[in-house]
Amino acid sequence: MNTTRTAATARYLVLTGMAVAVLLPFVSIVLAALHPSGAQISGLSIPESWSWSNFADAWRAANFSNLVMSSLIIAAGVVPLALVLATFAAYSLATLNPFGGRAISVGFVLGLTLPIELVVIPLYFDLRQLGLTNSYLGVILAEAALFMPFGVYWMQTHFASIPGELLEAARVDGARSFTILARVLMPISWPAITTLGLLYFMWSWNQFLLVIVLMQDPDMRTAPSGLGFFVGQYSTNIPLLSAASLIVIGPIVVLYLIFQRNFVSGITQGAIKG
Amino acid sequence: MADTDTAVLPGRTPVRPGGASPVRRRGRRSRRLIALLYIAPAALVYLGFAIWPAIHTVYLSFLNWDGILPATWAGFDNYRAIFTDSMLGPSVWHAIVLILFFAVIPCALGLFMTALLQGTTRGMTTFRVIFFLPQVLPLVAVGITWRWLYNDEGLVNQGLRAIGLDGVTRAWLGDYNLALIALGFIGTWAMSGLCMVLFLAGAQKIDTSLYEAVAIDGGGPVRRFFAVTLPALRGEITIASVITTIAALASFDLVFVTTNGGPANQTTVPGLLVYRLAFNESNIGGAAALAVVLTLVVIVFVTAIRRLTREKP
Repeated sequence: MNTTRTAATARYLVLTGMAVAVLLPFVSIVLAALHPSGAQISGLSIPESWSWSNFADAWRAANFSNLVMSSLIIAAGVVPLALVLATFAAYSLATLNPFGGRAISVGFVLGLTLPIELVVIPLYFDLRQLGLTNSYLGVILAEAALFMPFGVYWMQTHFASIPGELLEAARVDGARSFTILARVLMPISWPAITTLGLLYFMWSWNQFLLVIVLMQDPDMRTAPSGLGFFVGQYSTNIPLLSAASLIVIGPIVVLYLIFQRNFVSGITQGAIKG
Repeated sequence: MADTDTAVLPGRTPVRPGGASPVRRRGRRSRRLIALLYIAPAALVYLGFAIWPAIHTVYLSFLNWDGILPATWAGFDNYRAIFTDSMLGPSVWHAIVLILFFAVIPCALGLFMTALLQGTTRGMTTFRVIFFLPQVLPLVAVGITWRWLYNDEGLVNQGLRAIGLDGVTRAWLGDYNLALIALGFIGTWAMSGLCMVLFLAGAQKIDTSLYEAVAIDGGGPVRRFFAVTLPALRGEITIASVITTIAALASFDLVFVTTNGGPANQTTVPGLLVYRLAFNESNIGGAAALAVVLTLVVIVFVTAIRRLTREKP
């Protein structure tokens, strides 16, 4: 069948063409980042000499030591906190039949598509009164709250998919609810928790609006939010800006390439909740 | 999501232990109370840092407040301003135009390509990894990349010159008429591959005997697409359109670093003005009202997508 072959080739060509279109912008900024700082350059041009020093310069100029540290502190707070809280809540909602469980589930689901714009203004004024602006704790709690609906939904779906006999058997053996969670469910739940943890890290790393509002102190901002202001200062120095962008993109790309399956399943299944 | 009547909640029917003696019933009741303790920490954080601020925003939207002096009641004035103000109204309209570029064009393109190219392809994983890449990146960095691509000397103009279109080259993000479209095209770039790879993967699962049935009935490729492919891709279409529509309406980061609303407010979006009104212009009430309207727009669009793509009973 010649037509099948032709179709397969055409499909391959179209997909490859689109893949090139997706990747070309990245090629363009990688090349730009390797030109001498402040150089006049054009779209896709190979630099005469490779200036790796742009990365060091951008790191210093944007104060990335502080920014990356803030990003990591916030992620290190948000990811475990949100994971533990979502896991406990979802475990109860899926298996323990709490009073008002159905209403509580609906309450969490309602938050799934709340835009950050809806909460950011009072968060600023309320947290300022509590002394939680310019504070890691404030950002950590706010992000944990915003990520909670998805986390509860994700873990609840996971726990509900575990055969009930497994839980009944443990209950008959007299195990307490916490023991069942820790000894019976956790060991088989790591894939779901890993995916959720990776999504949490990505959302926390990429969060922009919330951070620029709650962190007025430039030294406490995260890497992407610092980058947002760095553009204003160095808007004409393309090589330096490109290097700074690559520094911010780097960690998330590395994680994505290692755990692409988890990211893809999380992103696509996250939309079903819509 | 607000669409609670159709939202599928995960859960199981609790297993009821056999006889309901008073003792067992009391034990069950205390178990169901303990169950609430597991939920309490998550619920408190969620109520305190998401639900309460959301309600508070709705309240603020009815006030005139500069953030410092005592607030006065504004009634619906802030909402009226969204329809009459020469700046606020267009920002909502711009967000809806962005949906065309972020969601409608990528999904339509993806479906068209799927109809054309349906079949199994090897190396789908590699394509999927590449096409999902824009989904995981911080939009600030994506925005900076495109600022450079749209620059006078950037890749877009370089490409146009290479094919002899020197006349149309320009600083795209600074063009009064074309800046919003240039911004939208960033979305088309980010979303087209995603839609296509989702649809192609979905189409691989379609039973080929269905196509043969259409062919026996004398149906051509168009009939085949509308009778078999399109209904079979319902799930994937929902996923793709929800992801892309939400991305279009949450474009604050991208706009902030690329155009910051310019030139001459041609690319303002609600998120940008919420930020600007609340934190640069001290118009808290106006910012809150715009945030509420943005939320309603999100709910309306996502609900509409779910209604349209829902399985007919």
